[in-house]
Amino acid sequence: MTSVRKAYGRPLDLRQGRVEMMHGSGGRAMAQLIDELFASRLGHPHPGQGNDAAVLPAVVGRLVVSTDSHVVSPLFFPGGDIGCLSVNGTINDVAVMGATPLYLAAGFILEEGFPLADLVRIVDSMAAAAAAAGVPVVTGDTKVVQRGRGDGVYITTTGVGVVADGEDWSGDRARPGDGIIVSGGIGEHGMAIMAQRESIGFAAEIVSDTAPLHGLIAAMRASGADIHVVRDPTRGGVATTLNEIARQSRVGMMLRESEVPVQPQVAAACEFLGLDPLYVANEGRLLAIVAAADAERLLAAMRAHPLGRHAALIGSVHEDAQCFVQMSTTLGGRRIVDWLSGDQLPRIC
Amino acid sequence: MKFIDEFRDRELAYGLAAAIGRAAQPQRDYHFMEFCGGHTHAIARYGVGDLLPVNVRLIHGPGCPVCVLPIGRIDMAIRLAMDEGVILCSYGDPLRVPASGGLSLLRARAALAGGGEIRMVYCAADALRLAQENGQRQVVFFAIGFETTTPPTAVVIRQARALGLRNFSVLCCHVLTPAAIASILESPEVRQWGSVRLDGFIGPAHVSTIIGSRPYEFFAAEYRKPVVIAGFEPLDVMQAILMLIAQVNSGRAVVENEFARAVTRAGNRKAQQMVAEVFELRRSFAWRGLGELPYSALRIRREFAEYDAERRFPISYQAVPDHPACECGAVLRGARRPQDCRIFGSVCTPENPVGSCMVSSEGACAAHYSFGRFADAKVAP
Repeated sequence: MTSVRKAYGRPLDLRQGRVEMMHGSGGRAMAQLIDELFASRLGHPHPGQGNDAAVLPAVVGRLVVSTDSHVVSPLFFPGGDIGCLSVNGTINDVAVMGATPLYLAAGFILEEGFPLADLVRIVDSMAAAAAAAGVPVVTGDTKVVQRGRGDGVYITTTGVGVVADGEDWSGDRARPGDGIIVSGGIGEHGMAIMAQRESIGFAAEIVSDTAPLHGLIAAMRASGADIHVVRDPTRGGVATTLNEIARQSRVGMMLRESEVPVQPQVAAACEFLGLDPLYVANEGRLLAIVAAADAERLLAAMRAHPLGRHAALIGSVHEDAQCFVQMSTTLGGRRIVDWLSGDQLPRIC
Repeated sequence: MKFIDEFRDRELAYGLAAAIGRAAQPQRDYHFMEFCGGHTHAIARYGVGDLLPVNVRLIHGPGCPVCVLPIGRIDMAIRLAMDEGVILCSYGDPLRVPASGGLSLLRARAALAGGGEIRMVYCAADALRLAQENGQRQVVFFAIGFETTTPPTAVVIRQARALGLRNFSVLCCHVLTPAAIASILESPEVRQWGSVRLDGFIGPAHVSTIIGSRPYEFFAAEYRKPVVIAGFEPLDVMQAILMLIAQVNSGRAVVENEFARAVTRAGNRKAQQMVAEVFELRRSFAWRGLGELPYSALRIRREFAEYDAERRFPISYQAVPDHPACECGAVLRGARRPQDCRIFGSVCTPENPVGSCMVSSEGACAAHYSFGRFADAKVAP
């Protein structure tokens, strides 16, 4: 390494420098960017580092693989940034299959002119999130696109995990009678982003809930509860995720609006913009569908974990050939909680 | 949430529901039109209908600004972006309304090849700011809505003049509530055939904060229809229904104000003056579903002509017929329910709306599809 670095001459200017086309051209500049910015921060000692692919030790159990691209704007928001988001998001996609996440791969698409200082912040945040979760980034890729052809930076992460035999959480396993649990207040990530994006100065700051959920999920597994489905309600929010599960399992659901946890500042921001928190994205919450008899036990196990403190039993599964997700409203009426259609648009009057 | 939860309280709702049940006479039924899309949305979202006796029926009215916008008006906005290369900005709701040639503003945005842009804004002031930030580009604000959204449009036009902006204009599609109510009361379904029974109106909330309660007095006096102005919270709606039933039972027809916390008889004088300074009545305006209605919409006064996109750019309104199977017109007049339309929920869905009522969450069809269609399917959980 040391001998290679000498070949670059001056080190990268990580304070004032910017991404240039040559950083993606495969030449010396790219090697320098990888060495000085990526590998030094995300570097993970495993055999084969510096090669085209990571070679990893054999595992026992079935492999779980998931990939997720992150195009969030703004890149930095209260509670996180695209870096930690891209780590946590993919860890969660692996973990909700009941798997233990092991490794991550990360692909970066950088826009020409993007400040290296911002890239450092993002990569540091990824490194911190990966270290905190104990899931290392073992390989990666960098491309540069011309100015105006990207949004600063896009990050695609792929996660690999392992799941034991007999652990079969799946969206088609919801059964009539099952309880529906959400692990905490909903809509926090989406509203944090929206408040930043639209420069709407809400008095109370809303902080993204981005977090890796595999620790919470391990605690849930350890409770011994008969869990049927776990899923993280990201885009489209709780409503869309529950509709996906209802369709996969051919069942209906009934939620109780009064039981759905929503932080007051999220509720107020949604009210102000005419949005429904059930459709707003989450990045550190999960939905669990569990056998009715085990619902209380699972709830207790979740509440004992820091990321599940505000977990709540919000409804139940029933037979319904139409697969409707319904809700008894705070008022005492009943309504459908439908799929999100298009983007949620603010109401005008 | 303070000042919100109080108006969604379950105990109070049950109390009001019981009072409505006692007041509604079993030997007759009651047909009330909620004029506003905001009411339609609240009724569907909170399931207010479930708390009402079967002989109290709510009919959705035309008060959804997106729903009453005719295709030709959306076409004008699309032309501005596509042919004139302007930055067209619009509130979120109109972006998905189907226009001619399989387009909508959103689809047009995806297809834009020239210099034009289509952007969503949250308020009229954002549109003005866009014009300030893009001095070399023409920025057009697609201004739609009833009396609630009109004053902000008047404000930005005045500001544009004060700032001497030469690149800002407004495609004015503001419409007037009383004209729409009059059109419904004059429609043959109500007056001649009696196929639409109307025993009273739940009057607009936000619109009334601007125009006051006085404009409705004519309808109460002339057509003998009670009007109760109600806020947009579910308890407001239920209280208004109770008040309407009391009026009907006692044979009265007056304007009452349930939304007294925000609405006065005279309304917001300052806003009215500002609107009068910038806008004047159009002789006629085409509404979706209601047709050409005389003096039912506003246009920008000659004094502000340079801020009028219809004068600045070579565009004009071309009437375009609605899809032949679409019943939006009849739905807007209260003559049909969304689920009576042949293409409701099959061809016409929120993902692929055929008619405008399926677009906005305040539209009767979208509200029924998104919140209420389980009732059609006879599910019994």
